[in-house]
Amino acid sequence: MELNASLVLLRPEIILTFSALALLLLAAWREQAGRLISILAVTALGAASAFVISSMMHATDASAFDGLLINDAFGNFSKILIFIAAAISLMIAPRFLENAGAMRAEYPVLILLSCIGMAVMVSATDLISLYIGLELQSLSAYVLASFVRSDGRSAEAGLKYFVLGALASGMLLFGASLVYGFAGSTSFAAIGVAMDTEVGLGLIFGIVFILSGLAFKISAAPFHMWTPDVYEGAPTPVTAFFASAPKVAAIALTIRIVLEAFGSQILVWQQIIIAVALMSIIIGAVGAIGQQNLKRLMAYSSINNVGFILIGLATGTEQGISAMLVYLIIYVAMTLGSFICLMQLKDKEGGYREEFADISGLSKTRPGLAAALAIFMFSLAGIPPLFGFWGKLVVFNAAVAAGLLPLAVIGITASVIGAFYYLKVVKVMYFDDAADVIVESDDKVLVWTGGVLAAANSPIGYLTIPALGIWTAYAARALF
Amino acid sequence: MNAADIPVLSIMLAIPVAAAALCLFVRAELARIIALSATLLNLLLGVLLWLNYDPAGAQWQFTESANLFGPIGWRLGIDGIALTLIMLSVFLMPICIGASWTSIQKRVGEYMAAFLLMETLMIGVFAAQDLLLFYIFFEAGLIPMYLIIGIWGGQDRIYASYKFFLYTLLGSLVMLIAMLWMIQFAGTADIPTLLNTDFPAEAQKWLWFAFFASFAVKMPMWPVHTWLPDAHVQAPTAGSVILAGVLLKMGGYGFLRFSLPMFPEASADLIPLVFGLSMVAVVYTSLVALVQQDMKKLIAYSSVAHMAIVTVGLFTFNQQGIEGAIIVMLSHGLVSGALFLCVGVIYDRLHTREISRYGGLSVNMPKYALMFMLFTMASVGLPGTSGFVGEFLSLAGAYKVSTWATFIATTGIIFGAGYMLYLYRRIAFGPQVNADAAAMSDVNGREMWLLAPIAVVVLWMGVYPETFLAPIRRDVATIVARIERAAPVGDSKLKLVDPTTARYRVVHDAEKNMAEGSH
Repeated sequence: MELNASLVLLRPEIILTFSALALLLLAAWREQAGRLISILAVTALGAASAFVISSMMHATDASAFDGLLINDAFGNFSKILIFIAAAISLMIAPRFLENAGAMRAEYPVLILLSCIGMAVMVSATDLISLYIGLELQSLSAYVLASFVRSDGRSAEAGLKYFVLGALASGMLLFGASLVYGFAGSTSFAAIGVAMDTEVGLGLIFGIVFILSGLAFKISAAPFHMWTPDVYEGAPTPVTAFFASAPKVAAIALTIRIVLEAFGSQILVWQQIIIAVALMSIIIGAVGAIGQQNLKRLMAYSSINNVGFILIGLATGTEQGISAMLVYLIIYVAMTLGSFICLMQLKDKEGGYREEFADISGLSKTRPGLAAALAIFMFSLAGIPPLFGFWGKLVVFNAAVAAGLLPLAVIGITASVIGAFYYLKVVKVMYFDDAADVIVESDDKVLVWTGGVLAAANSPIGYLTIPALGIWTAYAARALF
Repeated sequence: MNAADIPVLSIMLAIPVAAAALCLFVRAELARIIALSATLLNLLLGVLLWLNYDPAGAQWQFTESANLFGPIGWRLGIDGIALTLIMLSVFLMPICIGASWTSIQKRVGEYMAAFLLMETLMIGVFAAQDLLLFYIFFEAGLIPMYLIIGIWGGQDRIYASYKFFLYTLLGSLVMLIAMLWMIQFAGTADIPTLLNTDFPAEAQKWLWFAFFASFAVKMPMWPVHTWLPDAHVQAPTAGSVILAGVLLKMGGYGFLRFSLPMFPEASADLIPLVFGLSMVAVVYTSLVALVQQDMKKLIAYSSVAHMAIVTVGLFTFNQQGIEGAIIVMLSHGLVSGALFLCVGVIYDRLHTREISRYGGLSVNMPKYALMFMLFTMASVGLPGTSGFVGEFLSLAGAYKVSTWATFIATTGIIFGAGYMLYLYRRIAFGPQVNADAAAMSDVNGREMWLLAPIAVVVLWMGVYPETFLAPIRRDVATIVARIERAAPVGDSKLKLVDPTTARYRVVHDAEKNMAEGSH
């Protein structure tokens, strides 16, 4: 009975697991069926989302397997966002990978496995289940990064990601063992209780190590150095995936562990988060200035954005968490949209271009694509009336409400540095002479998903504000 | 027509957006016509707005409210001050489109779209009644202006566009944090409510500086004015007109709408700062203007000097000063816009802004010389033109507060006469040393149609300013009453004499008396 109840709560994960295994079997027989398997994988994600939505309707805060996992509004919110981002990453990939000669059936399967890991991550309420989810997600990601084996950069990216990721996992595990040793339990709730009374040096060391490991996973400074290399080397659809779904999962996980396990001692972790947030904003902004490769630029942009998201966490309030979730949704739309635009940069020979020189004067030769990319850039820079502004606004509003005025002022001032390089993309596309290397995209999927995301980032997106506010507030309340 | 039921302001905001979307997809000739009709339609609506505006009615008229965007309230409404500035925007807009009719030949659709978006955002800034909505309109103007300067600008357009964008962005972001704090404090983003909220004196100072950071850059005040000459020089003619005509007024409007009534104590405390910067600006930028070799740069620096008179007028805390500042804003919007058009006329023919490349134009371009002279005089502030009314009122108001500040600021008029007449002499008079300049044709019908309406309004405002003072008088009085508790004592120690017992009694009707700014 107990087992049954737990399994019912885990329906989305179970569906994904069985789908992944079945598709793996299918792949063994039909190795060239990459497209079919992609479609099936998207269907599986859809089915899993349907179950998440159905459990969102009634069940609240039910924990499974004796408190290893929890099914709550926060987890469900994150899962939906992760599944949508993963589904988009699946849909945009086939043609790209076919061109690179790497559209193998394992790609959708790996994404599905990664999704299972992420679903476990966002619902974990125990250090052990957290670690299992994180590793499942990471191991799939390492393989995905080096998916185009013929490309040296892709292989390098995979290896680099693996080595540094293993280091980070080690740090996290070491921190977890310290916390377990000093708090006497691996369960978030029990750690929270243990921290209520007294926080010893050992526990603080544990927290620092855990947060360092997590900072690596969300590519926050000073643990960001893998990001540009991996983003540049990995095939672009995979990069789009890395920048969206795993980031949502890792941030959701960070929120949960910080609030549920360490929540009672805000002073212990708040300064760490503030420092990490400001460093990420500044390093992300300054590092991007000299980049010539657009994917590297987007990598620094993601570091920069993580900094803004963490400002919400630094407040430690319900409003702050709700703001982070709003920002996350908008961030996923912006970043996926930007990568979809980058994927359309194809030259006459069918090769993919990703340098600044290639998009020179793009607005003259491909006005639609240039306009979409410009929308994403201005949105990432947080310039109204684009929707990215709303994300920044709610986060800074939460910081002001929590009394973190210096943080808000420094953060928002540093965003001007970020605006500089987003403007540079627009400048190259609109002000410079046409290089005329990019041809019309023949991939309708990219054109349409890119168009929809661009519309969502335009002022039209403001119409979703009331709904977003209600949903994120509901999700954030689950943690308090 | 029942004006209260029709969301006129929303329609005025929607027309340019719709036209802009259309412009992107049609060929050049059609885009021009669409843009012109849309802006003329908006001008017509603006005139209707003005005719239906009741100066004695409610403080906020044509109000609209909709809850579309959650915490960002779609609340619009105007008072007399906003009305006059909206009128300025919709009046200049068709002229801008006309000024770009032939000089813009590449990417016409996108150009027109950018201008139309600009119009929406300008109207939005003046009509917004929600702090966040105001901010969105205020800040969003950066994007089209960045593109206008960057795509259609001159040689150094990229540097100028970056400078414009980042400078103004940095200023406004600090203001955003202050706005968020104010919304938390007051529990609402509704501007009319915030206007009557008393913020703690200690907080006021910080908030004032945060708003100052944004508006001083936008205005622009010395020493953060350096983006303006670059932006002006590089922008296409119509871009300069909009920049000088309306965008600079957003800074003044911000001071008037936010800094003064929301933070009266802080504003009073910081009068020395504002006056000090303004005095430096008047003298310094006038001297800089005197030595310019580039026509647009000269007018740009003169803008900074004129805007300094606006800031002096605004921070006088009295009726004349503030009314004068508003009139200077309107007048400067028209006159500097017209001067940029005048520069555009000869730039289109010779493709240089170098003053020394011209000379003796009154010989071959008499009509042009006449128009140019009128606007030169208006810029100097000759009685009978709009410039005089505004400058006189704001300096009269300033005299009640600080004699020295008034004295220094008044030198601006003398300096202004210096650099403007010097400019005019070098362009219109003297020997015709340059053969190509001497061969230029006079203004054509289209250019006359651009300049003549402005000339009419400039003279109208100079001869009968009551038309423009009537709608703003009550709103200025509201602001003055609001900030009276913090008003500075002033060093001129004027004695109020009851005019009924004065020895030489002059019979005036009451309204006329008000129009001249005396009480």
